[in-house]
Amino acid sequence: MSRQTIMLGNAAIARGAYEAGVKVSSAYPGTPSTEISENIAKYDEIYAEWAPNEKVAMEVAIGASKSGVRAVASMKHVGVNVAADPLYSVSYSGVNGGLVLIAADDPGLYSSQNEQDSRMVARAAVVPVLEPSDSEEARIFTKLAFDISEKYDTVVMVRSTTRLAHSQGIVNLEERMEIKDKPYIRDISKNVMMPGMAKKRHIIVEQMMNQLAKDASEMEINKTEYSDTSIGVITSGIPYQYVKEALPNASVLKLGLVHPLPKKLIQDFAAKVDKLYIVEELEPVIEEQVKSWGISCIGKEIFTIQGEYSANMIRQAVLGQTPEYASAAEVPARPPILCPGCPHRSVFSVLKKLKIHGAGDIGCYTLGAVEPLGVMDINVCMGASISTLHGMEMAKGKDFIKNWVALIGDSTFLHTGVNSLMNMVYNKATGTVMILDNSTTGMTGHQDHPATGKTLKGETTYAINIYQLCKAMGIEHVYEVDAFDIDELEKIIKRETAREDVSVIITKSPCALLKSFVPKGTCVVDTEKCRKCGMCMNSGCPAMSKTEDGTVKIDEVMCNGCGLCQKNCKFDAISLLPNQK
Amino acid sequence: METVNIMIAGVGGQGTLLTSRILGGIAIQEGFDVKISEVHGMAQRGGSVVTYVRYGEKVAEPVVEEGCADVLIAFERLEAMRYAHFLKRDGVIICNNQRIDPMTVTTGKAAYPRHIIENLSKKYKVVSLDAMEEAKKLGNAKVFNTIIIGVAAKHMKFQKEKWEEVIKNTVPPKTIEINLKAFQTGYEWSK
Repeated sequence: MSRQTIMLGNAAIARGAYEAGVKVSSAYPGTPSTEISENIAKYDEIYAEWAPNEKVAMEVAIGASKSGVRAVASMKHVGVNVAADPLYSVSYSGVNGGLVLIAADDPGLYSSQNEQDSRMVARAAVVPVLEPSDSEEARIFTKLAFDISEKYDTVVMVRSTTRLAHSQGIVNLEERMEIKDKPYIRDISKNVMMPGMAKKRHIIVEQMMNQLAKDASEMEINKTEYSDTSIGVITSGIPYQYVKEALPNASVLKLGLVHPLPKKLIQDFAAKVDKLYIVEELEPVIEEQVKSWGISCIGKEIFTIQGEYSANMIRQAVLGQTPEYASAAEVPARPPILCPGCPHRSVFSVLKKLKIHGAGDIGCYTLGAVEPLGVMDINVCMGASISTLHGMEMAKGKDFIKNWVALIGDSTFLHTGVNSLMNMVYNKATGTVMILDNSTTGMTGHQDHPATGKTLKGETTYAINIYQLCKAMGIEHVYEVDAFDIDELEKIIKRETAREDVSVIITKSPCALLKSFVPKGTCVVDTEKCRKCGMCMNSGCPAMSKTEDGTVKIDEVMCNGCGLCQKNCKFDAISLLPNQK
Repeated sequence: METVNIMIAGVGGQGTLLTSRILGGIAIQEGFDVKISEVHGMAQRGGSVVTYVRYGEKVAEPVVEEGCADVLIAFERLEAMRYAHFLKRDGVIICNNQRIDPMTVTTGKAAYPRHIIENLSKKYKVVSLDAMEEAKKLGNAKVFNTIIIGVAAKHMKFQKEKWEEVIKNTVPPKTIEINLKAFQTGYEWSK
């Protein structure tokens, strides 16, 4: 039975996992991978969870596979770094039940801190990679990845990109495969990677990859589409679609398996075309290997290493055709901003007033780096705020960080911030850590985490108490405060940054986008009282704007009634009308 | 037939995603191959957001490129201006004539352009209305985007009943009635 529907790339990956008979899924949310796990969770047959971070997710999937069922872990590209440790080792020890890692890259940096190419990680870790080019392939390739995993005894990476993950296309649904649980067999030569065992496994793994590379030339997912042979293109993933759009008459070798490469197939194809192009977003992974075989081809000489590709770009690079269209108008930029009623804005307005620098982290609150708030100076990766602040103190002394705090969200703190806080306690730091607890994983679209009391499946569970967790580390000075109580917040921040001991300030107020959030009312401006000073607008609330006469206007639809503007008005010109919505 | 290219531009949180799903839904019902490209994550937080819907016999790439759009639906007029160059020469802009200041304007770093609709009308066919005002009249400001869909429907070839069916299947069940009213308002709107 087959039935058609339209699906997001991520939903199609989830469908593929379902159809492949997957039993266990673990993930940490991260754009553009989040919806994979959210969609897997909809299938009752699959146990699906949010893990606190990607390393945990990968290890959970490994455990499930070793026990004998099909398992999947999904994450964004930078999450693969967090999961690198288990990944590099499980590639040696192989699988029992099929094991697949979905890695979602972000060319064009829609929602990430870098543009890394996960295929490079897979090559280094000796892991095969499949790359689908639309929703239907996302479903089929994910399914196929489990077969390859079991046949070649290896973890398999399915590499996605933002454009694939967040595009919808038509898919044909198939039934779920009946996959019998495999028995668990104790085999320490395979499953315990001590040097003696790992040395032998390394040989086996390289043999496996050589075999797969040989077989790859016969695989259906590596397909040649011969047409006009004056131009030949080797491509994979979403760039394949741009190639089809830009060069409809060219001959194309479309790779479904991008690591290891099908050498014979590529050699044959190269011999049949006059001019060979390699079209791949980000790193020249295919190109460098093809060139290393002495095959002449054109790649990054004419195609950029940065950002997303497009049909227009390929037309221009290959055919020299510049498409005709009006030039873009010069318009004011509209960067993302904190939402109306966001508790982070309130905290940042206090930090700004006190001229405090923030060692930042990954989340919505990273937006506190830019004007008009400008309170975050540094950010590196998940969990880094606390450790970078510590590094500064150890380098330059406790006085240097007197006007600094670490800024980290609740989900990010539980992801990898906890270890850094342990380090501060252990190594006698004196810094101040602010945990901006908005009761959710905000930026990725409101996922639960170990402190929310809800599982991915929507079940009620124990909620880890962040306050008690900090206390349990031996930190004496831990304080919880309402993010909108700016007077109390100011008092605590002044006191704790001056203190010569580790302290943690937990600001607690829910994200204004949570379904459970109920606005207190709507803020309105009394134009008679407004002195046009603009103080209320200093914290950059998008619901506020200036009218022609200079008075402030608050959009009643956008306002979430947080009252921050009211507190910052010295002329009593703003009032909060309760319960308007 | 040639692939039809539609862009929906707006400010993160305005409902561009839902709109693209409604447009995609109707094209599927009519038996077309459809691709929709969406924006999730950081850009959704009040930033400039654009989604694409393409339908035809066989659609390859999921995005609409510069100079290729048949219809640009803009939920805010500055966003109409930002993406107008994606239109074909005879392309149509359907614009919610609303102003939302980006932070660059609020902080005084940039000025909000004047006479946007007038200037766009010199080059393109522009249909503009203050859908927010119309939505408030209906009693729910949030359905302004469905009013815009109603206006857009007038400029596309699908039957009205099909639109209504897709809207029923796409919006949250509690909001079906108000959304159908909003669609009707837009569909009947003509100036």
